[in-house]
Amino acid sequence: MTKKLVVVGNGMAPGKVLETLFETAPGQFDVTIFNAEPRVNYNRIMLSPVLSGESKYEDIIIHDEAWYEANNVTLHAGEKVVSIDRENKTVRSDGGVIEGYDNLLIATGSTPFIIPVPGHDLPGVLAYRDLDDVNKMLNAAAKGGRAVVIGGGLLGLEAAAGLKLRGMDVTVIHLMPTLMERQLDPAAGYLLEKELSSRGIDIRTGANTKEIYGDGKVEGVRLEDGTEIDASIVVMAVGIRPSAQLAKDAGLDVNRGILVDCQMRTSDPDIYSVGECVEFEGNCYGLVAPLYEQARICARALTNDAEAAFAHAETSTKLKVTGVDLFSAGDFADGEGRDEIVFRDPAQGIYKRLVLQDNRLIGAVLYGETADGAWFFDKIKKGEEIDADERATLIFGQNFAGGSPLDPMAAVAALPDEAEICGCNGISKGQILNAIDKNELTDLQGVRQCTKASSSCGTCTGLVESLLALKLGDAFDASAKKTVCDCTEFGNDEVRRLIIAKELKSIPAVMQELGWKTSCGCAKCRPALNFYLLASWPGEYVDDNQSRFINERVHANIQKDGTYSVVPRAWGGVTTAAELRAVADVVDKYDIPMVKYTGGQRIDMLGVKKEDLPGVWADLNAAGMVSGHAYGKSLRTVKTCVGSEWCRVGTQDSTGLGIKLEKLMWGSWTPHKVKLAVSGCPRNCAEATCKDIGVVCVDSGYQIHIAGAAGMEVRATDHLTTVTTEEEAIEMCAAVLQAYREQGFYLERIYKWTARIGGAEKVHELIVDDVENRKALFERFKYAQQFSQDDPWAERASGKVDAHEFKTLELVE
Amino acid sequence: MDGMAPFERWFDICELSDIPVRGSRRLEKDGMKIAIFRTSDDRVYAVENSCAHKGGPLSEGIVHDCAVTCPLHNWVYDLSTGKAQGGDEGQIRTFPAEVRDGGRVHLRLAMAS
Ligand code: SRM
Ligand SMILES: Cc1cc2nc3c(=O)[nH]c(=O)nc-3n(C[C@H](O)[C@H](O)[C@H](O)COP(=O)(O)OP(=O)(O)OC[C@H]3O[C@@H](n4cnc5c(N)ncnc54)[C@H](O)[C@@H]3O)c2cc1C
Ligand code: SF4
Ligand code: FES
Repeated sequence: MTKKLVVVGNGMAPGKVLETLFETAPGQFDVTIFNAEPRVNYNRIMLSPVLSGESKYEDIIIHDEAWYEANNVTLHAGEKVVSIDRENKTVRSDGGVIEGYDNLLIATGSTPFIIPVPGHDLPGVLAYRDLDDVNKMLNAAAKGGRAVVIGGGLLGLEAAAGLKLRGMDVTVIHLMPTLMERQLDPAAGYLLEKELSSRGIDIRTGANTKEIYGDGKVEGVRLEDGTEIDASIVVMAVGIRPSAQLAKDAGLDVNRGILVDCQMRTSDPDIYSVGECVEFEGNCYGLVAPLYEQARICARALTNDAEAAFAHAETSTKLKVTGVDLFSAGDFADGEGRDEIVFRDPAQGIYKRLVLQDNRLIGAVLYGETADGAWFFDKIKKGEEIDADERATLIFGQNFAGGSPLDPMAAVAALPDEAEICGCNGISKGQILNAIDKNELTDLQGVRQCTKASSSCGTCTGLVESLLALKLGDAFDASAKKTVCDCTEFGNDEVRRLIIAKELKSIPAVMQELGWKTSCGCAKCRPALNFYLLASWPGEYVDDNQSRFINERVHANIQKDGTYSVVPRAWGGVTTAAELRAVADVVDKYDIPMVKYTGGQRIDMLGVKKEDLPGVWADLNAAGMVSGHAYGKSLRTVKTCVGSEWCRVGTQDSTGLGIKLEKLMWGSWTPHKVKLAVSGCPRNCAEATCKDIGVVCVDSGYQIHIAGAAGMEVRATDHLTTVTTEEEAIEMCAAVLQAYREQGFYLERIYKWTARIGGAEKVHELIVDDVENRKALFERFKYAQQFSQDDPWAERASGKVDAHEFKTLELVE
Repeated sequence: MDGMAPFERWFDICELSDIPVRGSRRLEKDGMKIAIFRTSDDRVYAVENSCAHKGGPLSEGIVHDCAVTCPLHNWVYDLSTGKAQGGDEGQIRTFPAEVRDGGRVHLRLAMAS
């Protein structure tokens, strides 16, 4: 006996149900389909190639008219079902068509989410879901102009690439710091951004849309930070929501999606549901692979196969933009007992990361070379054990597997002499071995100097080291080299140099291009990279707060009990009655347990609760005080003495000069902390000769001293030079500071930097003798300072920056 | 259902986006201080916010991979196990935490008494 099956929605999932059903149980069902879209079933996935012009609509039809006829299916195209009458077992469409059913299949798919910013309803704001959307985009593209795509996920980027190929200017606005963050880790997200940018797509990450403006139609988009981007269309691709309203109105159990059991049955046993509208064990799906599986299970359940059971499975993702190879699958988060294998080939723009747990592959991200994606995905799904041998070559993929696992030394030994080792400089194995012999080289540095091998992108470093080990045996100690940390082969000097040479402007960029061995660094390298980038690209680099030590992240010093200390600036050590009064009030108001004069001529309020910090800062700000950066690798204090203004032996206005220096330099980030002092005469009451930079005033002018220390090591300064005017003194000090900012290694005080580059004589050469260089350094310092002299306390006291840091969470009961 | 002790339950805490990537938030429940972390790939972990060394607030540390470095003396903890790494020996409490479908962070704790 044939049963009457009515299907609501004619998308990819129900299409698969019917194909399976007609194959396994021909003649058992008499099928009627309602489809809100006025057309047959087509391959929605392939809309992107239609948009870009690589396919036509006709090419992506799954079931043509003949198929419906052959299978006796009635299709009500353009009829949207508006109600289900479960008692009488009928459905009704907006056009008034009523059909009765024995079984109903709800496959309403999902609805694009439109962020409700002002202007979201203007003509020209489009979603990206069906053929009508594509046609609207094509019409707009024919007129030219700019398309703004909101959302840097799979759909948004496919739309962006398509519109670009159709000749539009395209800007992508993405809220998160890297693209496709749900499918890709930051390293792969970075490569993708780089690739799309090189195709002329303007990508703005970390950008939040505030409104869409226009008079009667879209004219542009305004971001939260005030930036305006002109636009003739806006495509919103920020996510989808299961279309479950119809089911909900019919009284079926609905959570985020329509709830089904493992047989795809809803809370009404006669009604089934498949596709994006479904929620199964807390999961909703947005990719076809699991939906097709649902469809096959549903077809079996419809024919009373009690064994059929849907189970949650991993999904894999590919981006369909021609020329971009990207693949991700499984679970590639870090976690308990997990370890990763990372392979990077910066020259080819390749990044691969495999995540293993209990000797099983559980996740993979591939960029640039994805041929092994399916092979890895298969391994993830099968969950077979991977032994140590296989593991050694796993990342090289299928072709490598099964071959004998390679010992790197043996592999290098086996290479012919003409094999190229350093691709950047075209250096062969033979050339390197010759150079080692001829010049009696013993380390990597030597090989780099003599042959240039491994001195560019550095990815051949491991090979070069193997060659050294081959030649020298135990005499070669690869660990002799001091790297930034265990995440990289490079030292601080190389990292600093390559950041500039390769114009690397973000932490993921550095990690990719320099072949970092971990996916997101460690507590050692991240703060260093953040500083190097900040110092190299003032005004361009966006500070990564999460790569800073807590003190710099919340702009206060953490104490042993988790409270904080607050030290406002006292310019040159000078204060006023009003400031002291404000400090007293703050101490009372916030019940601060301790107030102390520091060794740096200022006031420290200790034991402030973290949540009180914004309030404390707001009150201090109101009295004109700003952050003293007592917590930072930055300019700390400029101590002064009373000088010629008061002191009977003072020779110059040391207090005034100290204040000028502090006002010029405050806010500047440096490799380590920097302390200055200005004494009014050689009696040196400000202790200038044990500071990073010290000035001692004399009758004839100003002695400039550098490279002092009075901490773990005590070191008197070296006299750099003496100048006659205050202006020269300021320029000299600032030039020293800037040279240190440009060359210092992270956590290297000025005295260590000076010793490393060749002592005070070297600094003299660079800054005193080379007038032009001095002036250029001074200019660069002033330029960088424009971007660092906003009081971090004021920004946070306003509640606009990092508010989450200072509020604890509440349990929602 | 998932082996939960009878006196524990899941609490809805916040949106995933309330926790910065590679950052943390703090929470207090019946006098217990808890730190919730979000890794670069959007995993969440919750641990007792007190270092086994000298009680340092781990919520203030730098988060890297699945680990946090204590801000006071740099002990490193695996967030999923609560075990100190490297040469240091110590164990802190961990609490089951997860991001549910809608992007809400949930945390399993003892029920309010
Ligand atoms: C508050 C203060 C002590 C005081 O009560 O006087 C202080 C307090 C700390 N000092 Fe200091 N130092 C203070 C003046 C000094 C001085 C004296 C000076 O600046 O004239 C020195 C020696 C001069 C020098 O720097 O060479 C000094 C040498 C150090 C060192 C050793 C640095 C070195 O390179 O050897 C450290 C450790 C470090 O930075 O790695 C340190 C580190 C610290 C830290 C930040 C400890 C830490 O790592 O957390 C302390 C923070 C306490 C807090 O929360 O406020 N402090 N510290 C002084 C703040 C000055 C200010 O107004 O900003
Ligand atoms: C541009 C684009 C690219 C994609 N790329 C990929 C990819 O590369 N890989 C991948 O796996 N997935 C991709 N997807 C996702 C994939 O297309 C969907 O997961 C899949 O199409 C969902 O199938 P479905 O049957 O659940 O819903 P749909 O295919 O959305 O079908 C639902 C249909 O139901 C109709 N409908 C809704 N309500 C009613 C009603 N009340 N009455 C009658 N009809 C109704 C709708 O008009 C629609 O035609 C992409 C999606 C898009 C939009
Ligand atoms: S000398 Fe400095 S670092 Fe040491 S305890 Fe005193 S304030 Fe802290
Ligand atoms: S308190 Fe955490 S390392 Fe000391």
